[in-house]
Amino acid sequence: MITKEIFEKLKEKFGDDIIRLDESVKDPFVVVNPQKWLEIAKYLHDDPDLYFDFLMSIAGVDYPDENLIRVVYHLWSYKHRHMLVVKVELNRENPVVDSIDSIWANANWLERETYDLFGVVFKGSRNLKRLLMPEDWEGHPMRKDYEEPKEYHGISTERENPVYLFHLVKPPEEE
Amino acid sequence: MAEYAFYTPEGEMLTVNMGPHHPSTHGVIKFVIDVDSEIIHKITPEIGFLHRAIEKIAEKVTYPGFLPYTDRVDYLAAISANVTYAMAVEKLLELEIPKRAQYLRVIAIELNRIASHLIFVGAYSMDLGAFTPFLHAIREREKTNDLFEALCGQRLTHHYIRIGGVSHDLPPGWKDRALEWLDHFEKFIDEFNRLITFNHIFVKRMANVVVIPPEMAINHGLVGPNLRASGVKWDLRKEMPYLVYPELDFEVPVGTGMMGSVGDSFDRLWVRILEMRESAKIIRQALKQMPEGEIRAKTPRVIKPAPNEVYVRTEAPRGDMGFYLVSDGSPRPYRLKIRTGSFTAMTIFEHLKEPIMIQDLVALISSLDIIAPEIDR
Repeated sequence: MITKEIFEKLKEKFGDDIIRLDESVKDPFVVVNPQKWLEIAKYLHDDPDLYFDFLMSIAGVDYPDENLIRVVYHLWSYKHRHMLVVKVELNRENPVVDSIDSIWANANWLERETYDLFGVVFKGSRNLKRLLMPEDWEGHPMRKDYEEPKEYHGISTERENPVYLFHLVKPPEEE
Repeated sequence: MAEYAFYTPEGEMLTVNMGPHHPSTHGVIKFVIDVDSEIIHKITPEIGFLHRAIEKIAEKVTYPGFLPYTDRVDYLAAISANVTYAMAVEKLLELEIPKRAQYLRVIAIELNRIASHLIFVGAYSMDLGAFTPFLHAIREREKTNDLFEALCGQRLTHHYIRIGGVSHDLPPGWKDRALEWLDHFEKFIDEFNRLITFNHIFVKRMANVVVIPPEMAINHGLVGPNLRASGVKWDLRKEMPYLVYPELDFEVPVGTGMMGSVGDSFDRLWVRILEMRESAKIIRQALKQMPEGEIRAKTPRVIKPAPNEVYVRTEAPRGDMGFYLVSDGSPRPYRLKIRTGSFTAMTIFEHLKEPIMIQDLVALISSLDIIAPEIDR
């Protein structure tokens, strides 16, 4: 099935919780209500005509201009060989969405990564801890307005350009 | 399952850190294991030691400027990440790639796949206690490095692929040199099988160890050879062909449970050994069928794709590699997400159905062919 057909099928079942379909991009996507995402995901996984058994990736994308974080789910069905891109739009101040790790077992790590890098909270997650960054790290580095801290536990995150250590080249004068 | 008795823990569990610097974890990965004598009851992997923020770097450099970084996503199979990223940008730009460049890409991918699988079979046998096969495998892999050096100048992080094509055409004599090596290599696989693959002790060590059934493999997002070892015949080169794969004739090996049951550690090795043969077959055909012509398409001086987003998947040595690329009309990617096979393969450790022994964990880590830079990016 192509995305449009899947969208219509979902619209029939869930009505207004399926917000819109965007076909203007190369891989069309469906935007859904984050409050109902778990229910929708379960349906996508279980329905014999859709049967999305493989969760390929979860990616957060930060849009500070719109005050939104979009979480993008890429689903694939080995049985029917179709792909679906689902997006949920979350408020940047308080991004919360249902966790789907009860459906796809690899979702937990992908969600932890998104939580770590974007600060998206996945409600009902089995284990929502930082994955890539240290547990006591502050901030969420993949956000567009993130500023790197100057130090971490006394370890400087800046270093002098090694080229200037040999005094062969002079560093540019700071203004 | 393997023939050892499980018993319920009586004493206290001992929590042991396996890694980050442990020879069998293939890079800096930490496994926190709860053991009762030799039996592991709980595995908690911890990653992030090799996190280089490649996705963040992508937002700070230009589209072509990011290409060398993709080499570092998976340094054992740099070409695959190169090609996937280049294909994502080309899809954004709607660029047609010359036929010869596509063939050159296929040759590079498959040669790189052989190199990566050679490291796998070598390191796998070393982890299970056999050192000699590792040296044999590394010796052959060195030859592929020589071929790459002749082709593009680099031995490990090749940066051979450019947006719109490849960087160099085949140098004079390269074709004969490659064919000569392939003749030798196909005989080497037989030798390697005699030496180690069908070695009775080695087979006993792998057969029926940590069987991953197909439903579990799909649910955990296992991809590539790991998925095929579980008996799912799925190869993106066949199922969703890209480049010139439809013009080439090759088989997709799947796990058959030859020595035990489908999806055990032996199948994961055997699938890769068969895959090396298929890759050699593909290189031979590609070298024969390759047309003359341009090796790079005309690309704009400054690559500035219109706002759009794509998701491109290819079959890397560690399985389905996906690049989700969002552009916003500026010369830099707005967001890049790299989906790798190793990352999702790591999720299986927390969900093993039965307790396993410490030495079987080593076999499992090795047989999944996970490498740290690809997990952390």
